[in-house]
This record gives sequence, C-alpha cells and structure tokens, in this order.
Amino acid sequence: MSEASPPDFQPADLQLPGLQPPGLPPSGGERAQGGAAARTAGVPRTTYRLYIGGAFARAASGRTFAVHGADGAFLASAALAADRDARDAVVAARGAFPGWSRASGYERGQALYRVAEVMAAYRGAFAAQLRLAGGGSAEAATAEVDAAVDRWNWYAGWADKITQVRATVNPVAGPFGTVSLPEPVGVTAVLAPPESALLGLVSVLAPVIVSGNTAVLVASERYPVPAVAFAEALAAAELPAGVVNVLTGEVAEISPWLAAHQDVNAIDLAGAPGPLADDLAVAAAGNLKRVVRFPATDWTAEPGLERMFATLETKTIWHPLGR
Amino acid sequence: MGLRRGAAEGSSPVTLRDSYGLFIGGSFAPGSAVFKTVSPATEEVLAEVTHGTTEDVDRAVAAARQAYERVWSLLPGRERARYLLRIARLLRDRAPELAVIESLDSGKPIRQTRDVDLPLVTAHFFYHAGWADKLAHAGFGGTAAALPNPAPPNPAPPRPLGVVGQVIGWSSPLLMLAWKVAPALACGNTVVLKPAESTPLTALAFAEICAEAGLPPGVVNIVTGDGQTGQLVAGHPGIDKVAFTGSPEVGKEIAKSAALWGKRFTLELGGTSANIVCADADIEAAAQGIVEGVFIRQGHACCASSRVFVAEEVHDDLVGAVRRRMAALRSGDPLDEATDIGAVNSRGQLDKITELARSAESDGAVRWSAPHEPPDRGFWFPPTMFGVVSQEQRIAREELCWPVLTVSSFAAPDEVVDRTNSTRYGLSAGVWARQDTLSAWLAARLRAGVVWVNSFGGLDPAVPFGGFQESGFGREGGRHGLEAYLDLPGAWTPDV
Repeated sequence: MSEASPPDFQPADLQLPGLQPPGLPPSGGERAQGGAAARTAGVPRTTYRLYIGGAFARAASGRTFAVHGADGAFLASAALAADRDARDAVVAARGAFPGWSRASGYERGQALYRVAEVMAAYRGAFAAQLRLAGGGSAEAATAEVDAAVDRWNWYAGWADKITQVRATVNPVAGPFGTVSLPEPVGVTAVLAPPESALLGLVSVLAPVIVSGNTAVLVASERYPVPAVAFAEALAAAELPAGVVNVLTGEVAEISPWLAAHQDVNAIDLAGAPGPLADDLAVAAAGNLKRVVRFPATDWTAEPGLERMFATLETKTIWHPLGR
Repeated sequence: MGLRRGAAEGSSPVTLRDSYGLFIGGSFAPGSAVFKTVSPATEEVLAEVTHGTTEDVDRAVAAARQAYERVWSLLPGRERARYLLRIARLLRDRAPELAVIESLDSGKPIRQTRDVDLPLVTAHFFYHAGWADKLAHAGFGGTAAALPNPAPPNPAPPRPLGVVGQVIGWSSPLLMLAWKVAPALACGNTVVLKPAESTPLTALAFAEICAEAGLPPGVVNIVTGDGQTGQLVAGHPGIDKVAFTGSPEVGKEIAKSAALWGKRFTLELGGTSANIVCADADIEAAAQGIVEGVFIRQGHACCASSRVFVAEEVHDDLVGAVRRRMAALRSGDPLDEATDIGAVNSRGQLDKITELARSAESDGAVRWSAPHEPPDRGFWFPPTMFGVVSQEQRIAREELCWPVLTVSSFAAPDEVVDRTNSTRYGLSAGVWARQDTLSAWLAARLRAGVVWVNSFGGLDPAVPFGGFQESGFGREGGRHGLEAYLDLPGAWTPDV
C-alpha cells in the first residue's frame, strides 16, 4: 500500500517541464528542483485556472474565489466558473469524444496507466496539497494519494475488458447472429464528491472515461486545488485534450447549466447535495440524460462495476447467417 | 563480456552473456551440463546455455512451490497487478533490445519481432495486470447463484491452481512466454517455464527483467534444456498444471500423463489451417492476406501448414497473384530491415521440411518455389507453394512448421466446408468473400478455434486463441484464457 512504485516511472518520459505552474507547490514533490525550491512551500503565487480542452484558462468572466486551507487561512485564488465556462467545457468534451471513444480499449488503457504513473511520481506533491486543503496527518494524505493511484490503475485495466463482461452473444431463434455491445453514452458531466478531494474525484471520473466517454468535471467546492493539481497530472500525462475538463467554482451555480445542456448525455450527481440533486435530475430529463445517482459511497471500499455500467449504452447488431 | 552485436538501423545494440545459468528462486545459478544456442542465419554460437537436469527441475519446482505458498498466493490481486505492470513497463522499455535477441536466436525477421511480437508481448502483460485485481468479475465466480439476492457486488475471486509447468515452442518464443506467464501470474500461480531448446535467450532476458522488477524469488523460474528437460517439467509430480505449446504428438503424451496423475493441462498444438477464397472475393486482397499471414507474419499460426481452397472460377487468378507476391519476398539476414523471410529455426526443422517437400513432389504435387539463393551458412528454405494436392497426401495433412502453401480448388461452399473440416486439426481458418452472408455462413460451419474474415493472423491479448480437437486444448488470451489458470470445477477436472 505504502509503495507508489517509483521504478515504474521514467522521468525522461515526461513531456511537459513539470507540474509547478500553476498547479503544485514544489514542497514534498519527489522531483522538486533546486530552482523551484526558492518558492515558499504551500504558497502558490498564481491563481488556479480551469482546465478546458487541454489548456489552462481563467474563467470567462474573470472572476475568482478565495480558497481556504484546513486551518482557515487563505490558501489561494481559484477561477470561478459559470455558464460560459460550462458550455466551453462541453464543446471541448464533445470535440474529444469521437477520437477517444473510437480509440481501442488498449490505447485508452495505456493513456490512463500513464496518468497513474505521473500521479505516482508526484505523490509527495499531491499529499502536500491534500494536507493543506483538508488537514490531517501526512500518513493519511499519502495513503489517500496511494489509494487514488491504485483506483485509477484499477479502472485503467478495465479499458480493454469492460466489453468482455458486459457484451453478450444472443442465441436467437432464426438464422441470425446477434451481439449486444456496450458503447459510451457520450459527454458526461461529473460532480465530484465534496468530501473526498482526490480519491473521491478519481473514483467518479475514471469509470466514466475508461469506456470512451468524455467528461466535464465540476471540482469539489471545498477542495478545488487538488482537482486542479490532478488536471496538471492529466496534462503532464498528455491525456488527449478535452477528454477531461475541470471546472472550479460553486457547484450550485455551474451544475444547472450542465444538467440542462442539450449536448450532455449523462450526469453523475455524486457532488450535489440532496435538494440540488433532485432539481438537477429534473433538468436532466429535458434530453433524457442518464442520471448517475448512487447512495453515499465509502470511497475507500473497492468499487464494483456499477459506475462503469451507468454511462454505457447497449447496441445490438443483427447479422444474417444464411447463405 | 559476451557477444556484442550491432543491430538493424534504429535498434539498440544488445549484450549477451557468454553463458547463462538457470533462473531458479530469483537468481541465476550454473548447472551441471551446458549446450550452445546458435543463430540459425549464420550458425554462429550466440551463448552457452544450461541443460536442466532432474535435480535442477526439482529445485525449480520447489522454489515455485515455496513462492506460491509463502508469498504469491497470499498477495491481494492489486499487489500482483503492480508487479505485472512493472514487468510490462520494463518490457516496453527494453523492447528494441529484446527484438534483436529474438531475431538473432530464432531467425525471425526484425520487422516481425520488433513490430509485431514485442508490442504484443508488452500488451499481454498490461492486459493481464488488469485482470489480476478483477478476477471476481471475470465470470468464473461459481458461487454467485447460491448467494442471497442481491449478491454482494464483489464476490470472492476464484483461487489459482498452484505451481504451473510451462513448456513452449520456438516459433514466437517471447510471445508464447508472455501469453503463458502473464495470465498464470495474474491468476496467482507460480511458474516453472522451459523455453525451446533452439530459442532460450529471450526467456533468459525475461528472467533478468523479473529480477529487475523485484518479483518475489521463485514466482517465475526459467529452466533451459532440450525435450528431455521439457518432459521433466511437464511430468513433475510437484506441479499442479501443465501448459504446453508444441507438436500434437507430445501434446497427447502430456494429456495421457496428466490423466494418470490428475493434473490440469492446456495445449496449443498447431496443426493445419485453411484459407478459403470464394468466387466473389477481392482476389488481390486475399493473395496479400495469405502471403502476409502465412509467409511474413508467421505469428502463432506459423505452426500450421496453410491449405488454400479457392473457388475454381478464380483459381488461376489467385495462384498468379500469390506467386507474384511470393516472388517479391526477400529472404535473408533476420536483422536486416528489408528482410521478409528469415532463417529456418534449426537444422532439425530444415531437414524435416526438405524431406516432406521431396515426398510431396514424388506424390505428384506440383511444386513452385520463389527464386532464392541461400547464403553459404545457416538454415534456409524458400517460400513454397504446392498445387493440386489431394487430401490424402502427407503435405496436406501433416503439421509443417515452415511457410508452405498447398492450393486446391472447390466447386461449392458445402464442398469446401467438408474438405476444410476433414482433418483432425482445427486451429484457424481464413474466409475471403465479399458477400458477408456467405462469409458468416462459412465461419459458422468451419471447425476451427479462430476464423478470420477477409484477414488472416490477427492476434490480441483480449481475444481467446486456441484450436479445436487435436489442434489444442483450452484457450489462451482474453477472458476465456483465465479459465486455464484458475481452480474451477469443470468437466475436465480429473476425478482422482
């Protein structure tokens, strides 16, 4: 559990220079560099930005909000996303969908394994961010990072297997071959759970994208910084642009736009409190979005297949076998 | 320092040791006897390799048993997944070097080892790393029906078998290793593997990777040697299961001994494969597919002399198109980027092919070989096609481990189904037809473990591979392949 498999990671593979600007402070990072060490640990100077279409951007409105650490002290500013940002993110997710959904399961698996490699390499930096945001011991923060890496790897392995447990060949009474195959629903809005900054986030995001969906993730309102740090890892791992888009801000402000959006195919309400979740489910009915709404989840428990199944359609193909 | 070899352009040079011991319990140890492994293209000695004896196999099985009981079977799937991922990444990093070693030792062209075999090897480890912590979802739970409704979301995963003895062939040495070792470890078994006598080097390089990955000692043990060493592994009383790739004759002996000793077994035995070219087929595509699939790719289907059945109205067109392509194939140095056909794997194989080709000619088959000037040294045989053979001829029935085509024509689809199915083998078949109801009709009737439509020779870790009847027993790859390495109740569990 405690080992984040450093032998798996080849620093030379990293294409981007590093995770520091604008995401992670260098402290605790296993790749902290001499030059960056001059910065004071935990006090970033930039405003955390949104991650849309593979690029980091300020909110369209230019607004930001103050993020406070576990001790109540000011931690950072983060972009305050609103309707235009949500729409931009949906456009980016839609644009990435054809390529991502048509990639082979093996290719998607490789892309996701790569993300886990980067997360493991920046284990210390992630843990430091989790502590700043949520307090707690260093051990607990590190354990959450390790669990998040494991969870991501677990889902990555499903990329070329989910079809094998979900598809059927159907024996029909006639000279036909029929198969029923899972297909991704499309663009999925994911409201990250509010309480579990990294493990909860990966636990709701990974099952959506592993099967070929693309995602607009709304970060936990309390813990936006670990979500942006995670976006930095996605960028460093060169996950194709638009597959995951990360919005920070007020869930109650952003999510209704996504729930009502006609080009969003599914929405996971893990991060919406009860009354808001009801409203979002009603709005989602406008284009019969698949609504993913599971009872409160213990994110440390091993997941089942249900979250992956929730964002899959089934396509049945009939083919004549006659001569 | 051993032999250093430059390689094909863009490949890294490789370093071979002068001699290799046996990889037992996590480290290399010298044995009592040695033999030499040569490059079949030059007959140059590549390295000295240890000949595993009874005592060596005993030690390897004991190491595997200890690793199984004390470490590997106790690890959660997630921990096994981590080791397999680490091995996958190391294989990916060292793929260029491994491809060169494979080509040197086996005679396969570098384009084949580098662009087909090694990517598949890596993919097998990634794929099975993913199963290691998902076995409860693989559909072999066996207890779900008896559980209260609703069943718990994650039933307990099925159990591994224990110590597995694996004996593999020479046609795709590292690839065969990968598709045996990766699922065995993912399911929680430990392994004693015996590579082919003529191609031990990539298995030994894999042993080094296991050590580098920190795999617990004894989880993978590599014992080199000849057929006798293979028998010692397959017949060892301390193993729980045998997985074998090789000839049908040896496969049957293993099945007999397994029946007596109450062991599980899976077999990949090759045999004959068929390509059926229908009257409406895209002839150029079919000719290309047949030549690529049979002569160039020679993947796992290598050990299957390929029978081509062609609709009589397009017979001459197809034979012409195949010949044109065969004549353009380049034979030569396996490390040369431009080489299509490398060397025959060993002198023994060359003798066998030469004898069978002579017998075919004296039986009246019309032989056509691509123009070919073999080098002075090494083992070479030109790509060869035999025309109008009857089903009774040996060349049409026997397994031939070198690319040789036999061609005959058919009048009706019913007839070609009967003729294709008229062997004891059933490894694979290719169907070439534009009308997809016809290809589906044929695919449904052919007795073969794999049917490729308008293509030939595709392999993927996610897809089950294996033959009907005397071509094999059990499947490797995909979800089905896990079954071979799990302790599941089943009709083929020996009742002892």
